[in-house]
Amino acid sequence: MSSFPWLTTLLVVPLVGALIVVLLPKGSAGRAKHVALGVSLVTLVLGIAAATQYRRDAGTQFQLTERHEWIPQFGVSYALGVDGIALVLILMALVLTPICILAAWDDVPEGGTREKSYFALMLVLLAFMVGVFAATDVFFFYVLFEAMLIPVYFLIGSFGGERRQYAALKFLLFSLAGGLVMLVAVIALYHYGPGGSEGFLVEKLTGLTIPQTAERLMFVGFFLAFAVKAPMWPVHTWLPDAATEAKPATAVLLVGVLDKVGTYGMIRFCLQLFPEASKWATPVVIALAVVSVLYGALLAIGQTDMMRLIAFTSVSHFGFIVLGIFAMTSTGFAGSSLYMVNHGFSTAALFLFAGMFIIRRGSKQIPDFGGWQRITPVLAGVFLVAGLSALSLPGLSTFVSEFLVLVGTFQKYTLATVLAVLAIVLAALYVLLMYKRIATGPTPELPEPVSDLGIRERLVAAPLIAVLLVLGFAPNLALDVINPAVTATLHHVGVTDPTPLNAGSDK
Amino acid sequence: MHSLITETGVVTQAATGVSSVGWLLVALPLFGAAFLLVGGKATDKWGHHLATILSWAAFVVGAAAFLQMLGNDPEHRSYHLRLFDWISAGGFKLEAGMLLDQLSMSFVLLVTFVGSLIHVYSIGYMAHDPNRRRFFAYLNLFVASMLLLVLADSYLLLFVGWEGVGLASYLLIGFWYTNPAYATAGNKAFVVNRVGDIGLTLAIMAMFAVFGHVDFASVQAGVGTASKGWVTAIGLLLLLGACGKSAQFPLQSWLGDAMAGPTPVSALIHAATMVTAGVYLVVRSGFIFDASPDARLAVCFVGAITLLFGAIVGCAKDDIKKALAASTMSQIGYMMLAAGLGPIGYAFAIFHLLTHGFFKAGMFLGAGSVMHGMNNQVDMRRFGGLATVMKITWVTFGFGWLAILGVPPFSGFWSKDKIIEAAFVGDGWQPWVFGTAALVGAGITAFYMSRLFFMTFQGKKRWSDDVHPHESPLVMTVPMMVLAVGSAVLGLILGVTDMFPTWLEPVVGGGAEEHPVINKWVLMGLTLVLVIVGIALAYVRYVREAVPVAPPKGSLLTQAARVDLYQDAVNEGLFMRPGIHLTRGLVFTDRKGVDGAVGGLAAFVGGASSRVRRLQNGYARSYALTMLAGVVAILGVMWVIN
Repeated sequence: MSSFPWLTTLLVVPLVGALIVVLLPKGSAGRAKHVALGVSLVTLVLGIAAATQYRRDAGTQFQLTERHEWIPQFGVSYALGVDGIALVLILMALVLTPICILAAWDDVPEGGTREKSYFALMLVLLAFMVGVFAATDVFFFYVLFEAMLIPVYFLIGSFGGERRQYAALKFLLFSLAGGLVMLVAVIALYHYGPGGSEGFLVEKLTGLTIPQTAERLMFVGFFLAFAVKAPMWPVHTWLPDAATEAKPATAVLLVGVLDKVGTYGMIRFCLQLFPEASKWATPVVIALAVVSVLYGALLAIGQTDMMRLIAFTSVSHFGFIVLGIFAMTSTGFAGSSLYMVNHGFSTAALFLFAGMFIIRRGSKQIPDFGGWQRITPVLAGVFLVAGLSALSLPGLSTFVSEFLVLVGTFQKYTLATVLAVLAIVLAALYVLLMYKRIATGPTPELPEPVSDLGIRERLVAAPLIAVLLVLGFAPNLALDVINPAVTATLHHVGVTDPTPLNAGSDK
Repeated sequence: MHSLITETGVVTQAATGVSSVGWLLVALPLFGAAFLLVGGKATDKWGHHLATILSWAAFVVGAAAFLQMLGNDPEHRSYHLRLFDWISAGGFKLEAGMLLDQLSMSFVLLVTFVGSLIHVYSIGYMAHDPNRRRFFAYLNLFVASMLLLVLADSYLLLFVGWEGVGLASYLLIGFWYTNPAYATAGNKAFVVNRVGDIGLTLAIMAMFAVFGHVDFASVQAGVGTASKGWVTAIGLLLLLGACGKSAQFPLQSWLGDAMAGPTPVSALIHAATMVTAGVYLVVRSGFIFDASPDARLAVCFVGAITLLFGAIVGCAKDDIKKALAASTMSQIGYMMLAAGLGPIGYAFAIFHLLTHGFFKAGMFLGAGSVMHGMNNQVDMRRFGGLATVMKITWVTFGFGWLAILGVPPFSGFWSKDKIIEAAFVGDGWQPWVFGTAALVGAGITAFYMSRLFFMTFQGKKRWSDDVHPHESPLVMTVPMMVLAVGSAVLGLILGVTDMFPTWLEPVVGGGAEEHPVINKWVLMGLTLVLVIVGIALAYVRYVREAVPVAPPKGSLLTQAARVDLYQDAVNEGLFMRPGIHLTRGLVFTDRKGVDGAVGGLAAFVGGASSRVRRLQNGYARSYALTMLAGVVAILGVMWVIN
């Protein structure tokens, strides 16, 4: 079984699915979403099957590996493989996609070709998301990294809100600018590697001896691209526009999954390929991360547009993820890896439930709401749960990861941690103020009666809340897979955990 | 950790028998909460009964475990129950487990017994509320979280319960969410508690950095050899957490507003149990505070300041629930002071917590009964003379009143007098400062509680025209009667032979006789004199003299006390206004500054690219094409170089 190309299957199935959706005859265009949902569910099942092939104690960094020459003249291979971190991120993408398709069910009411394109693009995006986390060839990764922009660009630019063109262009320009800088670094890296027909493989580029300046420059090249993706302050400004103009389901795939490529890239490429430069840059990155944490939270408090508000909470949460990665302790690192997964589900819940409010009220503006707990009690309830996960309430998954990031960072950077902890108060403010303005207060008179969640929407909400709860009480389900990858990566970087201060004086 | 032997020779053994199903204590009410919330309208009719039964079931499990514990000798009463591997992330490993010892068992019995009584009371109190099911679901959620808080064997699991009770508190304060002021009160409680949580979470992080573990046993084992600076820092951070949850100075501002919640909630969460969690935290962390006199001193100061703060505020409030809330704050100040005194005080902090749980819950339920009969009126200036029409409420409330005053032989006498006595123990200036605060506080308490009692039940009727006060139904008065009996005799039973301090001694230490700087009989006499003076003053002003329906202007102190000694004004000036300005400023600069700078660059590139785009088809597809073309070009260049 181990020779079965699991990861390629996960790439191809959604692509074939997208093709089928596009080629559906006119008469059955309305079936596009059904096909898309089916394909995404099949992919999910295949993904779970692939995950069962994964061994925690395999001893090699990547598993489920596949490698074929692609452009041997340039050293580019078609190489796939996952470690624990990549695997949980792929699983997250696989779980979120059918949920998003279900949530997007009525997003294109005009139907026809537009509806077919919409759902086909989602499947294409799914394939790219799997690929980008599974690529173990730096150049192949770069190609997917850029190719991902295409479906997202169209999902925002063609199906978004009023200012969709502006938002889509802004997103594209930021990403391309970051990507181009990275491309230079990618090519330079090849020259410092062993070269040859497989010269872009991650394993061949790990542990190189690179002149200090060159290593630092290449690190900066990669880091800039990832910082744009991970929306870090001050290159975050594309995110709120993109999130608010996109359909909620697109926003989920963008912020919840695709942006993880930024933080994932920091782990896989910045830390693993440029360990010394990573350590050199740590003070600056930690500072930027803390600024992102607090800045995102403060900006979220000041928003009146629900989608922008949620986008800014993500700026804050991505700050935590970067903080944990660059603290370079096993606890913080594992916490960040878990945070990437948890944030995906938490943000998905926020965006999608917010979307359910928006579709009912016809407005994204928080002041247009008030008293909706009486009108839609179930929706208000699940929205509150999503909000509580955003403020990292214990019992929900986000708490474990946020705590791990903080406790792991505290070991090395006490001041940065103390500052970042202030965000737990700010998070309570942005979540509870939003909930108060939307759900509490006198019951409003609405022009048309509004119904609570229907079956389809409940099917969207239930798995999200289930995951938030399950990973809150049993985070080891993910952590057991993540831990070996954390150990391996930190080993490449060459750092060890600080010993407890009191360890020397134990009786 | 199957068995742990501490310095005092206490053995913690693996849970067997009833204690091995200790997880049911949390699981039963948690199941109730989940079932009622998910079950929806289908459970409307009988959900409140299910919740009440589950709460009593938790009490039965607790009582059985208590009996099992009693069967052992005092050194073998501590059980540890392993639950499951919770977190294993890099260097951080933690099992979820429960610690059933004398301290947690005291809380289990208090929480499940008083909690169940209040469930019963709520059946009557919430009978006509359309959201009754949701109310009982939240009550069950609270009981489950509170039990998790006290049963956790590590600081992190404690924190889960800690936030769980905070969530239940938030949900119940804002239960009547259509009133914006109530929703705001819920938010305020949660946010102020989060400020305290900064302390608690940082304390846990510091423990991991210092000890490499965050469970009670490991931290306790390491404290002796740790650096004093870190131990003090951890102690102060824990205190900050305790201040938030227990509404202690300077994080007290949320408790008065929390009275927006239905009165049974005020009785259970904001009087008897949750708000005392800070005291539990300090006592549970006694090994840390014992190792740091500075941290202990800080606890004493917080307690002393808060007990006076609450007492002064209590004198000026006309809203019966807010007066009781101020009193709660003050009484917890007493507990906090006792906890800060170290081993001589821990047992009495918990003892007072227990008796207070009974008499304050009883009085809150009494206040609820009064409101029930008076169309939800809370202004005591509109009460008066209710003794004649609400006899049961009057008598049961009276028991609570005598108990909090510390009149012998009522419960408060046995617990509070001991705290006053302990506060006078020590050297130098400390016993005089803390002892005097505790003593003076007793006098003020007597005044404001008598004021409350007289304004409500004695004197002339000052009712609004449309009210027809009546006694509440039995389902409400029976819990009040049970609590009144507790207010009367619990202290006597547990205190006269020092039964309770002896029971707790293996966990919290103490026991050695310490002599206060003033003879203890003299102290007792002084306290009683002050209490009598307080009652007499209140009698003269609120029974002999007529109580005006409109509040008089009052002295400067009264005016200050009415607005809680300007706590909200201070918080607003120091934090909220600057915070709002900061947020607004950042929102503005994010659009104009950060986005402008980055966007200016983007516009430049965008302008250039739009020209390029016009050259081509004007479709954004060209970007993808251009990009691919670029990639091919670069590959070509590389090929040439190679």
